[in-house]
Amino acid sequence: MNALEAEGLTRRFGGLTAVADVSLSLALGELHAVIGPNGAGKSTLVNLLAGELRPSAGRIRLGAEDITAWPVFRRARAGIGRSFQRTNLLREATVFENARLAAQAAVFAPRRWLRAAARDAEPIERAGLALDRVGLAARAALPAGSLSHGEMRLLEIAMALATRPAVLLLDEPLAGLGPEEGERVAALLRGLARDHAVLLVEHDMDVVFAVADVLTVMVDGRVLERGPPSAIRASAAVRDAYLGHAA
Amino acid sequence: MIVAGRRGHLLMALAAVAIACLPLVASNYHLQLASTALVAAIFALSLQLLVGAGGMVSLGHAAFFGIGAYAVHLLPPGLSVLLTLPAAAGLAGAAALLVGAMALRTRGFFFLMTTLAFGQMLFFVFHDTPLGGGKDGVFVTRPALELLGFVIDVPRRDRPAMLLWLNLGLLVAVYALLAALMGTLFGHALRGIRANEDRMRALGYDTGRIKLVAFVLAGALAGIAGHAQAMADAFVNPEMLAWHHGAEALLMILLGGLGALHGPILGAFAFVGLGEASTLITERQRLVEGLVILAVVLALPRGLAGLGR
Amino acid sequence: MDFPGLAAQLLNGVQHGLLLFLISSGLTLIFGVMGVINLAHGSLFMLGAYLAFVVTGMGAPLWLALPAAMLGGALLGAVLERGLFRRFYTRDHLDQVLLTFALILLFEEARSLLLGNDFHSVPVPALLDFSIPVTEGFAYSAYRFAVLAVCILVAGLMFLGLERTRLGSAVRAAAEKPEMVQLLGLDARRIHLVVFALGTALAMLAGALAAPLLSVYPNMGDGFLIISFVVVVVGGVGSVAGAFWGALLIGLVDTLGKAYLPEVAGLSIYVLMAGVLLWRPAGLFARGA
Repeated sequence: MNALEAEGLTRRFGGLTAVADVSLSLALGELHAVIGPNGAGKSTLVNLLAGELRPSAGRIRLGAEDITAWPVFRRARAGIGRSFQRTNLLREATVFENARLAAQAAVFAPRRWLRAAARDAEPIERAGLALDRVGLAARAALPAGSLSHGEMRLLEIAMALATRPAVLLLDEPLAGLGPEEGERVAALLRGLARDHAVLLVEHDMDVVFAVADVLTVMVDGRVLERGPPSAIRASAAVRDAYLGHAA
Repeated sequence: MIVAGRRGHLLMALAAVAIACLPLVASNYHLQLASTALVAAIFALSLQLLVGAGGMVSLGHAAFFGIGAYAVHLLPPGLSVLLTLPAAAGLAGAAALLVGAMALRTRGFFFLMTTLAFGQMLFFVFHDTPLGGGKDGVFVTRPALELLGFVIDVPRRDRPAMLLWLNLGLLVAVYALLAALMGTLFGHALRGIRANEDRMRALGYDTGRIKLVAFVLAGALAGIAGHAQAMADAFVNPEMLAWHHGAEALLMILLGGLGALHGPILGAFAFVGLGEASTLITERQRLVEGLVILAVVLALPRGLAGLGR
Repeated sequence: MDFPGLAAQLLNGVQHGLLLFLISSGLTLIFGVMGVINLAHGSLFMLGAYLAFVVTGMGAPLWLALPAAMLGGALLGAVLERGLFRRFYTRDHLDQVLLTFALILLFEEARSLLLGNDFHSVPVPALLDFSIPVTEGFAYSAYRFAVLAVCILVAGLMFLGLERTRLGSAVRAAAEKPEMVQLLGLDARRIHLVVFALGTALAMLAGALAAPLLSVYPNMGDGFLIISFVVVVVGGVGSVAGAFWGALLIGLVDTLGKAYLPEVAGLSIYVLMAGVLLWRPAGLFARGA
C-alpha cells in the first residue's frame, strides 16, 4: 500500500500557481526523488505534504487517513518526518540532546509531560539509535554548534529519524556538502529507503540518479515526466526543459 | 535557559537561610523592604517561565499579578489563606487562559502588542467598573493565617517578620517547582520552542498547547505573587495591573540575566536595592529607573550575571 | 438616537480614527521596515501635544506648532535612530521593549522637570473657534473640521509618496519584505533614517493637532500607544493601508462606544481585537490572509 498519497495538489499564491495539479505517491521501501529547475515548486510541494502550507485544491492521504486538513504537528505524530533546507537545531545543547528532544516528541502525551527527562529511557534509546544510524554516535556529547556542516545535515536527518517516521521528506540534504560528505549522505539515503517511504528533493543530479527508484520532474509547478532514472535520462522533453539548462 | 547545578542550589539555600534570619538583626522597615523584593522575585520568576524558558515576551503579565491581588478583595473577608491563595492562583490562571488563547494565536511583535492590549483591558476592568472598588484602590482585610483550624494571631510588630517568612517560603516553593519543571519533558519542549518553534512542530510537538499551558501556569504563579502583595499591604489598586509594572519585571529578568532560571531573583533584589539606594539621591525614581535601564540595555545586554564573564 | 447627535459622533469617530492613523502608520512602518517595537511612540505623541501647549503659551498661533512638530519630530526621530535605535535592530524583543520603556520614563521625566505635572488646556485657534452649520439643527466645530482636513491631506501625501516616489516604493518593499532592501541594492541606512524620522514627525503632528481637543496631561501618550497597538493588530502589521482602515474602524468603534454604551466603552475595542484575532489572526487587511 502507498504510505503517502497526494492527489491533484494545487497551491496558488495570489496570481501565481506554485504547484499545479500534482499527484504523487510514496511507497514503503521506495526512494522517490523530485527534481526540477529553481522555482519549479519543489519546496512548496514538500511544505504542502508536511502541512506547513494548505493546498488550494487537492487531497493528501497517509495510509487510509485523509490528512489534508491536519496541522503540521499532527502529521508529524502520525509518521511524517522531515529535514529542513536550513539546519535548525539547539546549537548550545549537545548532539545527543538534540536527538533526544526529537525522540521525546513521539512519547509526548499529556500524561507524560511531567516525567523527568533524564529518567525517561525510551527517548534516550531512540536518540541513540538514530545517531548510530547516521554515524554520529561518536559525536553525541559535543555541542551541536561545533559540528561540521555535513555533520549538521546528518544530525538533521537523525532528528527526523528519532521520531520514528514512516515517511521521510528530505529537502536538499546534500546542499553545501563536499563530495566526500555527499557520498556519505547518499549511502545513508539508500539505506533509509529500505524501511521508509522517502521523498527526496535534491539538486545534485549524480546522486539523484544513483539513489532514486522513481523520479518526478517538475517544471513551473507541474509534473513534466515521471519514471525510473533510465527513462527520465532518455526523455527528450526532460532534456529540453530541464537537463539542458542545468548542464 | 539553564537551571543552577548543585553548588548553585547550595548557595541559594544559604541565601534563603540568611534571609530567614533577617528578623534577628534588621528593623521592621528593612524586613518590609526584603519582603517587597521577595514578592517581586516571585513575580519576575513567573514571567521568566514565559520569557526565558519559552521565548514569549509578554507585556501583559502584571494583569495576572493584579488579579491575584484583587482576589483578596473579591473573596469574602476573613477566609483562611489556605483558601485565598489557591483561589488567587486559580483566578489569575483562568484569566491567563482567556488572554493566552487569543494572544498565542500571534507571535513575536504581535504577541507583545496583544498581551499589552489585553492586559490593559483587564486594567480598565478594575479601574473603571464597580468590580474593582474604584480607581484609587481599596483596602482589604488580610486573609487569616489559619492552619488546620489553628489561627495564628500575629502581633502587629511581628507582622513584617511573619510576612517575610511567608514570602520566602512561597519564593522557595515557586523556584523549586519551576526548577523541577525545566527537567521534565514539558520543560524540554518549552526550551525547544524558544529555540525554534517551527522545528518543534515538525517534530510533532503541539506547540500551541504547550505554550498555552506555560502561559496559564505563569499567570497563576503571578497571581500568587499578587496575593502576597495584597497580604503585605492590606491594600490593592489598579496600578498593580498596569503594564509598566510588568515592564519592571522584564527589567528584573534582564538585570539578572535571561539565561538562568534564578536570574530574576537576583534581578528583583538588585531592582529593589537600586530603587531604595536612589531615594538617597533623588526623589525622581522614574528618572533613575530610566537611566538604569538605558545603561543595562546599552552596556550589559547579558545582565548583571554577564558581569563576571 | 437623534440624527445630529449621531452625525457628530460619526464625524468625531472619523477624526479620532484619522489621528490614530497618524500615530499607528509610523508604528507599523517602523516595525515593518526595521523590526523594532517602539513603545515610546506614544510619548512622541505626548511631546507633540506639549509642544503645541508651549507654542500657544508663548502667544504664537497654533498653526505654527504644526510645522514645528513635524520638523522637531523629524529631527528628534533622526537623532534617536542614529544615536540609539540603530544598535537595536538585530537585538531581541526584550531589549527593544526595555530600551523604549526607558525612553518613556525619560520623556515623561523631562516633561515633568520642564513643565510640571498639571493638566493644561490648549485654546482652539481663534480663527477656527466657531461651528459650521452642516444641516439645519446640526453644526460641527470648525477646528475639528480643520483637523479632519489636515489628517486627510497628510494621509493623502503619504500614500502618494509611498506609491509614486522611488524612496516610497523602496519603503513599501522594505516593510513587506525586509530582505528586499538588500536584494534590490537599496541604501538601508537611509531608508531606516527616513522611516524613523517620518514616523516620529507624524506622531508629534498628531499630538499637536489633538492638543486643543484633549488638553495636555502627564502620561497622555500611554493610552494612545495601546490603542495604536490595537489598530496595528486589527489592521495587519507593516501595511500602511491596513493601519488606515484599522484606525478608522477603531476610531469609530471607540467613539461610538463611548457615546452610546458608556458602561462598557473601555472594553469595546479590545473585544473587537479579540474577534479579529480569532477570525483572522494576521489582521483584517493583511495581504494574502
